[in-house]
Amino acid sequence: MKPAPFDYVRADSVDEALDVLAQAGADARILAGGQSLLPMLNMRLARPEIVIDLMRIPALKIVDEKGGALIIHAAVRQIEIERRPNLAKDQQLLAAALAFVGHAQTRSRGTVCGSVAHADPSAELPLVLVALGGSVHLRSRRAKRKVAAEAFFTGMMTTDRHDDEMVEAITFPPKEPTTGYAFREVARRHGDFAIVACAASADAKGGRLAVGGVAERPVVRAMPLPGSSAINDALDEFAWTLEARDDMHASARYRRELVRRIGKSTLEEAVQCRA
Amino acid sequence: MPRLSAGRRHTIAFTLNGRAVDGEAEPRMLLSDFLRHVIGATGTHVGCEHGVCGACTVQIDGEPSRACLMLAVQAEGAEIRTVEGLAPAADRFSVLQESFRTHFGLQCGFCTPGILMSLDALLSRNPNASELQMREQLAGHLCRCTGYAPILRAALAAAEQLRTESTHV
Repeated sequence: MKPAPFDYVRADSVDEALDVLAQAGADARILAGGQSLLPMLNMRLARPEIVIDLMRIPALKIVDEKGGALIIHAAVRQIEIERRPNLAKDQQLLAAALAFVGHAQTRSRGTVCGSVAHADPSAELPLVLVALGGSVHLRSRRAKRKVAAEAFFTGMMTTDRHDDEMVEAITFPPKEPTTGYAFREVARRHGDFAIVACAASADAKGGRLAVGGVAERPVVRAMPLPGSSAINDALDEFAWTLEARDDMHASARYRRELVRRIGKSTLEEAVQCRA
Repeated sequence: MPRLSAGRRHTIAFTLNGRAVDGEAEPRMLLSDFLRHVIGATGTHVGCEHGVCGACTVQIDGEPSRACLMLAVQAEGAEIRTVEGLAPAADRFSVLQESFRTHFGLQCGFCTPGILMSLDALLSRNPNASELQMREQLAGHLCRCTGYAPILRAALAAAEQLRTESTHV
């Protein structure tokens, strides 16, 4: 299991990376932390002709905070976000979910934007981005555009990104002061891809539940508060609409049951966290 | 902007266990293969080659990382530490290594170099790491011999000894 041959470009600036990308299009792949791309290369599920390494571009190492929103550029590693001193206070859901992203040994290199660009339906960071209504900043030589997370993820490992675009940054919106957040998941081993992952938020009026690992992309919807009589029907309906499938890790039926149970307990935790 | 072409070998230089090393590799060569086949440092083991088993874990700029999920060309200029760099002298183990021996933290030894590098990184960063933190660190490694209990005992004992030693200095 070794990668097929490719040219390797170590870009010094965003413009350089975009120039190569504009020429090569779908034949090129962006390399950041490599924790999603390298397994794809090793298993030859991806066979790009050119690999463009972004990690030495200074402009992409920036983390910005604007009015409570967290803007993370493409060369920022997950561990850098995890170690932000105020993360649990400022970005409660992201902080809770990061502990489940891969292992310490992959978060040390993996980037936040890379996980989002890879769009694995079981991955935690795309789920959190959708749950919070975040956005993805795409850039090509032609233009820059911003896409809402829900529109960015279009299917299993497919996104709204065009071949000549790169994910330059993503924005996690500010934490709402009167909202509680919670994250839970079930996996075979802590750090493995989730069988079902749930990200919930709740305020006085109602809740929102996002589910990963079941449908082909993370899905979010409004939910009644867990104390109400409508919650069980709402969770059941949500579980069925995700069109779970059987695979070697879990049956569709088990996944639906996890959506009902973990979905509910995550919403309950979000209500309790509202302080 | 360096562009390294596919069919050619390119010189790669980095620091390995405190010493400058270099070698040649195609862009597609993994760091794990570069360490073993080009440098000849075979202490780093190769298991699954897609980041799951943890056998190839090394420290890159102080952080435990999978050598199989990194291209050798990405390591240019990096500070890399492998299991060969743990022992303070040729005839003496590090505290962590010795603790693995005392507590039977290994049987076949295939997973051991990766686990040592992960735990060494954790204990260097946080000498007071809790048992839960050690368990989470070990979650990134597969060991099919020990059942993990002796590994955890070895890690806890090593942490204790390192804390005692540092207070005596």
